Amino acid sequence: MTTQEPFEPVIIAFCCHYCAYTAADMAGTRRLCYPANVSIIRVPCSGKVDAIHILKAFEKGADGVYVAGCLDGDCHFKNGNHRASRRVAYVQKLLDDIGIGAERLAMFKMSAGMGERFAEVAKEFTETIRALGPTPIRSLHRDAA
Amino acid sequence: MITAERKPIDEIIEYIRPFQKILLVGCNECVTVCSAGGRKEVGILSSMLQMAFLKQGKSIQILEHTLERQCDPEYVEELVSMIDGVDAVLSMACGCGVQELARRYRNKPVFPAVNTKFMGASERQGVWAERCAGCGDCLLGITAGICPIARCSKQLMNGPCGGSTGGKCEISPDVDCAWALIWERLKALNLTDRYEEIIPAKDWRNGRGAGPRKIVREDLAE
Repeated sequence: MTTQEPFEPVIIAFCCHYCAYTAADMAGTRRLCYPANVSIIRVPCSGKVDAIHILKAFEKGADGVYVAGCLDGDCHFKNGNHRASRRVAYVQKLLDDIGIGAERLAMFKMSAGMGERFAEVAKEFTETIRALGPTPIRSLHRDAA
Repeated sequence: MITAERKPIDEIIEYIRPFQKILLVGCNECVTVCSAGGRKEVGILSSMLQMAFLKQGKSIQILEHTLERQCDPEYVEELVSMIDGVDAVLSMACGCGVQELARRYRNKPVFPAVNTKFMGASERQGVWAERCAGCGDCLLGITAGICPIARCSKQLMNGPCGGSTGGKCEISPDVDCAWALIWERLKALNLTDRYEEIIPAKDWRNGRGAGPRKIVREDLAE
């Protein structure tokens, strides 16, 4: 790996269909810019995101992952976003256990109309991960291959 | 059911560090229900181990498989085709499953990935509590369906003790006094006369007092 290459983080965002994904859509409709580093995976509900989905994202080379769901009390499926928050906290502990770092995973909540918030979260999280640097997993995968 | 919790990742890593190819085996029974060692947890542990070893500069191979029951020889037999190709086996089943694998595949090191805890029931989603100590001589018929062996900290046969305050045990305000629960339930059932009977000292030979136990059903045994 050449150290001269600028680091562009790979970020996976699991976005719930009813709020966060619609907020992303709103951001697009309003022509708001957010970093191209963020790849969105639409899920029916943030509560659908399992620990293994998050871990597999890291295992396959993501530098950061976030789950974005509805605002508190506004989940289309009642409490999926609360479950997602607890699951994210659980996986953060797992990431700490294996030395990847809990700060590479986050949970955000937003409503369908919060296109600006979506863009803001995408920018802020990308900058957080950029500051942290690349996850060790991606380069190690390449070295081990 | 038998409850378990995943061991700390560092302990698991130390077990399998010398090996290259690992078979990670889950169990579809109790440890699945208590979210400790079913198919999902096998996937999570496998992913964690892959990344933890990569971080340490080592790439390991992990085969994932989850058996219907790891404590039954019939299901354990399923692993025959996989076992030769691996250096070690990591089991996410309770201690029974781990020992069954070790008994069947004698030339293969088998390591536990969970700590087996107790026989428990679900209090609510994600919370399991000890309910049975397997003492071999069930008292629930005279204690209103609440076990003083598993749930009284002192395993008193006639309680409560002086440490019971406001229905809580002296060990913690979060722990119900089993004998207070028994009394309340006997009252509700109009069976308080049972409380008056002195329960004699227990014959612990029915429990672990007589060494490892075995049940043989002559009508079923081959």
